[in-house]
Amino acid sequence: MSDLAEKVLRGEVLPTARLIRDLDDGIDGAISELKILYPHTGKAEIIGITGAPGAGKSTLVNRLIENFRSRGKKVGVIAVDPTSPFSGGAVLGDRIRMQNHFNDPGVFIRSVATRGHLGGLSSSAYEIIKVLDAFGSDVILVETVGVGQDEVEIAGAAHTTVVVLTPGMGDEIQNLKAGILEIADVLVVNKADREGAQVTVQGLRRLLEMGGFDRKGWKPPICLTVGTEGTGIADLVQAVDQHREFWNRQKAQPGFENKRREEDFLRILQGQAISKLIVNLRRSGSLDEIVSRLVRGESDPYSESEKVLKLGDYRPT
Amino acid sequence: MAERKIRILMAKPGLDGHDRGVKVVARALRDAGFEVIYTGLHQTPEMIANTAVQEGVDAVGLSVLSGAHNTLFPAVIEALRKKGANSVMVFGGGIIPEEDMVFLKDKGVKAVFTPGTSTEEIISFVRTSVKSIH
Repeated sequence: MSDLAEKVLRGEVLPTARLIRDLDDGIDGAISELKILYPHTGKAEIIGITGAPGAGKSTLVNRLIENFRSRGKKVGVIAVDPTSPFSGGAVLGDRIRMQNHFNDPGVFIRSVATRGHLGGLSSSAYEIIKVLDAFGSDVILVETVGVGQDEVEIAGAAHTTVVVLTPGMGDEIQNLKAGILEIADVLVVNKADREGAQVTVQGLRRLLEMGGFDRKGWKPPICLTVGTEGTGIADLVQAVDQHREFWNRQKAQPGFENKRREEDFLRILQGQAISKLIVNLRRSGSLDEIVSRLVRGESDPYSESEKVLKLGDYRPT
Repeated sequence: MAERKIRILMAKPGLDGHDRGVKVVARALRDAGFEVIYTGLHQTPEMIANTAVQEGVDAVGLSVLSGAHNTLFPAVIEALRKKGANSVMVFGGGIIPEEDMVFLKDKGVKAVFTPGTSTEEIISFVRTSVKSIH
């Protein structure tokens, strides 16, 4: 077994952080470590926390860490913040709310930037989850970037998705729209000490009663919290635990695991195929030729794309 | 092979509550295309070292305006060493008298920036010294 993978499995912090860095940076060789770690994954409970910017996600994550630590669980946290589309830089500030846990050896917090990836996560987040799983985390909390309506990727990565809302965020029509609310396994109305909390809860309740999408019998509970005070956290944790039990029952159903593995595989294949295809096109000079043909008006991009796929300019390396 | 993104932890150790400067630098480093982790005020050297390790950063930038730099800067470097994070570069800034510079550099602080330093100077220092680690 490789040295690095072995250290991750032993729960060593420095090598684990280094592997995460390599995965995030797309360094060759990091994937070979993941191959070794893969059989040791699947043990951690993965909880996604998503919602609008400023809804209080990081503060709630801080409270959840507290709760899981009090139950003796080892906690991993992945906190995603946006990359600037102009400079490619980022300020990652979610940790600031989690300071109480910086010196706790049972808590590993990693901030990541989206690096241009859409969907609420970074493209490395799936792999970082696997590393923290193999590292021995009992629970992995994944905090998405502040999301709007359509960044629903977290639902595919987590066992339980918590959607955080705040009072006064728009009328019921907003909630009727597809997307973010549909992926909630647990709904949280945070900052519940503010005016309008009950109105928001009532609106959500009416929406849930309308039903309409297949939840296999799960009815998302609505929790009222004040993250800064720690109010309502016990209810939230109970809701998450209940969903986990529900999820475990679902997992036993035929086809459930197949679907998850298929999604994971296709995501990896897609990523690798596209990046390798483009690298090869560049290296072989084919890309320049294609672009010249397009500039000269001799061809169109649709035909060129089909030709690349047909002629096998995709040479796996 | 992909090019590494530069990752920097900006931290305020100790008790002073002035974070204007560190925020300006954090923002400038972001605009230079770096990923900057900022953890807020009142960090102990232990907290800073733990964060630096978990976040896999290339460098730690410390801001101290209280006069305690001669204690705090070396304490952070020592805490990093204890965790095996020897390759993490440490630089600092703040109200730091000329006569302390030699001592701090001797303790392993790679560079010290005082008021009046341009953000360009800091960016170029970080870029050059981190590139040599990568």
